[in-house]
Amino acid sequence: MTETLFIQHFGKEEARKISYYVEKMEGYTALKKAISLSQDEIIGEVKKANLRGRGGAGFPAGIKWGFIPKQSSKPKYFVCNADESEPGTFKDRDLMRYTPHLVLEGIIIGGYAIGSNTGYIYIRGEYTREAGLLQAAIDEAYEKGYLGKNILGSPFSFDITVHRGAGAYICGEETGLLNSLEGKRGEPRVKPPFPAQAGAFGGPTIVNNVETIASIPFIIRRGGDWFAKLGKLEKSGGTRLFGVSGHVKKPGLYELGSGSVTIRELIYDYCGGILDDRKLKAVIPGGSSAPVLTADEIDVVLDIEPLMKVGSMLGSAGIIVVNETFCVVKLLARMIKFYAHESCGQCTPCREGCQWMENIIERIEHGGGEERDLNLLLDIADNINGKTLCALGDAAAGPVMSFVKKFRSDFEQHIRGKKCPNA
Amino acid sequence: MQKLLSEAFYLEMKKLEPKYPTRLALLLPALHAAQKETSWLSPVILEEIAKYIGIHPAQVREVASFYTMYNLKPVGKYHLKICTNVACILRGAEHLVKYCEKKWNIQCGETTSDKKFTLMEEECLGACGTAPAMMVNDDYYENLSVEQLEALIERL
Repeated sequence: MTETLFIQHFGKEEARKISYYVEKMEGYTALKKAISLSQDEIIGEVKKANLRGRGGAGFPAGIKWGFIPKQSSKPKYFVCNADESEPGTFKDRDLMRYTPHLVLEGIIIGGYAIGSNTGYIYIRGEYTREAGLLQAAIDEAYEKGYLGKNILGSPFSFDITVHRGAGAYICGEETGLLNSLEGKRGEPRVKPPFPAQAGAFGGPTIVNNVETIASIPFIIRRGGDWFAKLGKLEKSGGTRLFGVSGHVKKPGLYELGSGSVTIRELIYDYCGGILDDRKLKAVIPGGSSAPVLTADEIDVVLDIEPLMKVGSMLGSAGIIVVNETFCVVKLLARMIKFYAHESCGQCTPCREGCQWMENIIERIEHGGGEERDLNLLLDIADNINGKTLCALGDAAAGPVMSFVKKFRSDFEQHIRGKKCPNA
Repeated sequence: MQKLLSEAFYLEMKKLEPKYPTRLALLLPALHAAQKETSWLSPVILEEIAKYIGIHPAQVREVASFYTMYNLKPVGKYHLKICTNVACILRGAEHLVKYCEKKWNIQCGETTSDKKFTLMEEECLGACGTAPAMMVNDDYYENLSVEQLEALIERL
């Protein structure tokens, strides 16, 4: 059994307090240690930890931090991506409402490591209560001298501001987020330049996910090597918060070493198996953007490379389980409605394509589909995939291609029977 | 032009100003703060915010209309947002929507004639492990059954 970092504190309201954090979680001792180290030493430790981005892309955090130029004529920014809006993902909310100081300490250390004095937490607008809890924690941290001018008597000063989004999935994409932070529509930017060169307000910027940031204090306190060993695969360090939802007996968060379980083990050994003991139909392993897996494909290890090998992805580690009672065509229709709604509209393939895919899948679900619709769907998805500025287009195309390919007979039944067989 | 937003609004903004290197960055916080006071963002409110930030009202509208949380038309006293995205639909969110639509004889996106309830279908709320989930104004309600929804509405 791997040691867990976070989950033992979830559900405890007292864990939010700075007193709990300092007394029970060695709170802010990592910050004390960090400011005695050089920036390169900290970045080196994070690199050793094999900490990969927990928001979905899986990019190594230490390498990302290393991209920030040492000298910059513009201020640098450290931004916490708390926009958590990938369907199936609900881990960052608990990190923020139960262990807010862990997130703050991670941001402050990150800021120090890249030479920044300003941090922002971009939190999705719906998390109003969580934004309030973060603000309360920030106030406590200022009072104790962990934030503000000359932190712990050092020359280092740092401020954190909570910035609320306002309901837009695309603001989880890091450059969409930065535009939104700047008071604009959350439309993703053309890259390059990447945020490390020109991010928030034109300055070099790091954007990291909440869970990535919450891992930082542990890495500084106990060392990158220790953290790396929590993971069971060579490239993936630390633990992961797997969020399981849908048709399992015990949905919720499970914290396990990176790469230490297969999907089957997670569903049957941890989540108590399939709801109502029905047959498993499908698993979406990494938030709704991840290509779907069938019931025969769940012996794969839940981590970045193993899932990539079977044509899916770990994404944000939100695992959505579907049993035989729910129509997969209807499910896909609902998923694609989301992408059509959330497409920012900048890129034609995504803006038009998502809408068309939604219409066609809806039509199939309601019995009005034709045989040629399946190839038409695949054609549209192919014309979106890889042809847009950001990953939203791919995120919509992947599910369509995988659902049609893996559950083709379900779609054909709808088309030939002119109705949903489940209806 | 007479100011419709309160002193408290302008005080809150004053406190936020030093936290951002540009004035435009205050736009989202300003829209949130204004909506908290007025429950929806009428054209005159958008104009007042534009004046405060120092941009054209069209730019405020351009940004405000990008985000679903800014109400550009009036909403009821209780704004129900029921998540029907993948995890919630698997756990029966549709029954919650249907219950409300039938009870109030309105469709999603509409407000009851007494202006008490606005019903919206919501995208993922980030509460998938406790699906189905719903927001009423700023608060989450999770693991929701039709019976619980019924009881909740009675209390409102």
